[in-house]
Amino acid sequence: MSVDTSELRARELMRAVAPARECAMYAELGFVSVEGRSGGRYAYLIYPHRPLLAYETGSGRLLSEYCVRFRDEGDRLPDADDVLARWLAIRGRERELIATANVNRPGHQIDPDHARRDLRRMREWIARNSDVD
Amino acid sequence: MKAGEGDVLLAEGDPEVAEDERRLVDEFRRQLDLGMWAAVPIADGARREAEVVRDFSEVPRDAERVVFYPPAAGG
Repeated sequence: MSVDTSELRARELMRAVAPARECAMYAELGFVSVEGRSGGRYAYLIYPHRPLLAYETGSGRLLSEYCVRFRDEGDRLPDADDVLARWLAIRGRERELIATANVNRPGHQIDPDHARRDLRRMREWIARNSDVD
Repeated sequence: MKAGEGDVLLAEGDPEVAEDERRLVDEFRRQLDLGMWAAVPIADGARREAEVVRDFSEVPRDAERVVFYPPAAGG
């Protein structure tokens, strides 16, 4: 199976499972944001096969990188599956996920300027797509 | 979800049919024994969410699917 085919199937699964907004955001921006169980004070940027990047939703201040990976037996999950698995884990098992992660300051693997630019892109995207739920 | 392959159909059936339910329960247990995590997508109107399930009895009877995904570890 080609990588493209598995990625297409993974995106199909994502559309069947995750909210429309997250799916559209991933398709257009290549990452999603998901709130932690904190009443919305912080959220995580989820990039495929990259650390989770926590940030304050109000200020956009970058908080920490959480390095996690999914057991893969040598092969990687398709990008959309990796993003969906992270989304599922945060929504349902945030404490377990964060407890197993290697925690680093912002900038360890993800360029902070890149992340801030992505947060700006995301806000602009949300403003343009307020009808997508 | 399976590394290198994406999503794979493991089992399907109607939990109201005893034979199907046995097959679904067996596969559910097999996946958890393999260490997989499980979640059920839930639609709340147009909004979709997902709920973690740790036992087949927690799966809503009308669930369309259960998603098994690999457990996370520190990277």
